[in-house]
Amino acid sequence: MKAMFTAFVAIAIISVGAYYVLGGMGFTSQDRNAGNAVRLSDTDE
Amino acid sequence: MQPITTIVLLLALLTPAHAQELSEDVAGTYQLAQAEPDSRAATGGAQTLEDILARQRGEEIDDTFRRTATGNPDSAAGIASQLGTLGGSSDPELWRALRYGTADITVSSGGPEARVLMQDGGMKWLAFREGPLSTVGAGALGGTLVLLLLFYMMRGRIQIDGEKTGRTVTRFKAIERFGHWLMAGSFILLGVTGLVSLFGRKVLIPSFGHEAFSTMAIASKWIHNNVSWAFMLGLIMVFFMWVMHNLPNRTDIRWLAQGGGILSDGVHPPAKKFNAGQKLIFWSVILFGASISISGLSLLFPFELPLFAKTFSILNATGLPQAAGFGDLPVMLAPHEEMQLAQLWHSIIAFVLMAIIFAHIYIGSIGMEGAYDAMGSGEVEEQWAREHHSLWLEEVQSQKGAEPDGKATPAE
Repeated sequence: MKAMFTAFVAIAIISVGAYYVLGGMGFTSQDRNAGNAVRLSDTDE
Repeated sequence: MQPITTIVLLLALLTPAHAQELSEDVAGTYQLAQAEPDSRAATGGAQTLEDILARQRGEEIDDTFRRTATGNPDSAAGIASQLGTLGGSSDPELWRALRYGTADITVSSGGPEARVLMQDGGMKWLAFREGPLSTVGAGALGGTLVLLLLFYMMRGRIQIDGEKTGRTVTRFKAIERFGHWLMAGSFILLGVTGLVSLFGRKVLIPSFGHEAFSTMAIASKWIHNNVSWAFMLGLIMVFFMWVMHNLPNRTDIRWLAQGGGILSDGVHPPAKKFNAGQKLIFWSVILFGASISISGLSLLFPFELPLFAKTFSILNATGLPQAAGFGDLPVMLAPHEEMQLAQLWHSIIAFVLMAIIFAHIYIGSIGMEGAYDAMGSGEVEEQWAREHHSLWLEEVQSQKGAEPDGKATPAE
C-alpha cells in the first residue's frame, strides 16, 4: 500500500509542479493570447 | 336567368381549364430545371436548383465554384469609379472568402485562431460531441458495468481453488507498483474530470446549476491539464518495466483457447508473469494511452503541436482514405478544426480505454480472490500464483532454489 500512496503523493507534486513550470514558461492562455493590457483571470500574473 | 346560367356554365368550364394551365406551368418549370441540371451560366455562376436540392438531400456538393469566387483585386474598378472602393471584391465575394477561410485577415490580438472569423465545421463538432460521442460513450461505459455485474452474478468471485499455503511470493517490486499507481491514480482523476468536462452542459448544469458547475469545471480543467503529466510518466515507466513480459508467445494461445479459465472452476491454463488477458490489457493501455497522450498534448499546445493536418497528409499519401471512399482528407485545417478533431479523437479513445479499465479494475479487486495483493503489498499467495501464473512461479522458485529462501513464510 505504501507504493500506492507514494504514487498518489507524486501525482499531486507532479501536477502542482507542472502548473508552476508551464505558467513560468508563459504557457497560460492569458500569456499566449493577450497582451499586458488584457486581464483574463482574477489573479495578477 | 339565361345570362346568369351562361356565366355560371362558362365559369364551371373555365376553372378546370385554368387549373390545367397552371399545372402545366409548374411542370414546365420543373422540367426546365431537370433538363439543365448544371447550368451555372444560367444563374450567373451562382448555385443552381440542383445544388440546392442535393444539399437538402444531405449530399456533398462540389463547392469549388463558390469557394473560389472571392473576387479579384486585379480587376478592381478605378478608385473613382462606381464600386471602386470595394477593391475588386463584392460584398458577397468577401463574405465567401470569410466563410471558406481564405480571406486575408489582420487582427491586433490573439493567435492564429483569432484570424478565423467563421468556422462552420464547429457545428459538426458540436453536434457529434453532444450527440453520438456523449450517448454512445455513456452507453459503452454503462454497458460494460452491466456486463461486469452480470458476470459477477453468474460466476461470483473467482476463488483460489487449492488449499492456501500461507507462503507468499513477491509479484511486483515497489517501483513497479509505484509506476502502476502513478498511472492508475492519474487515469482515474483524468477520466472523472474528462467526463465532467464532456457532460457539463448536458447533464451537470441542468442538475447542479451554473454556479456549482463553474467551480467544478474550473477544478476539472486544472486537474485534467496538470495531472496529465503524471499519467504520461506512469505510462512510460510501465512500458519499460513490463514490455519484455508482454511479448506474445505460445502459452497465450492455450490460455485464450481455455478462456483463461475464468469461466469455470478448476481450469487453470499455464501462464508466465502475464497471461494473455493481461497482455491484452497491457497493450491496450500502452497503445490507447499513448494515443490519448499525443492527442492531449496537441490540445494542450494547439499551435505548437497540431496533429491532424500532418496525419491526414501522410494518410493521403498512402492512398488508404481514397481506397476507403473518403476521398482526399483535408490537409489545410483551421486551428479550431485541429482542436475539434483532437478533442473527438481524445474522447473516443478515452471511452474505449475506460471501458477496458473497468474490466481490469473488476478482475483485480472484487472479481478474483488474491489478485489485489499483487498491486497492494506486492506479495501474492503461492497457491494463487500456482493457479494463475504457474510458469512464472516455477521460474521464480527455480531462481530462489539457488539462494536461501528469505521471503517464504512457513504455513504453521
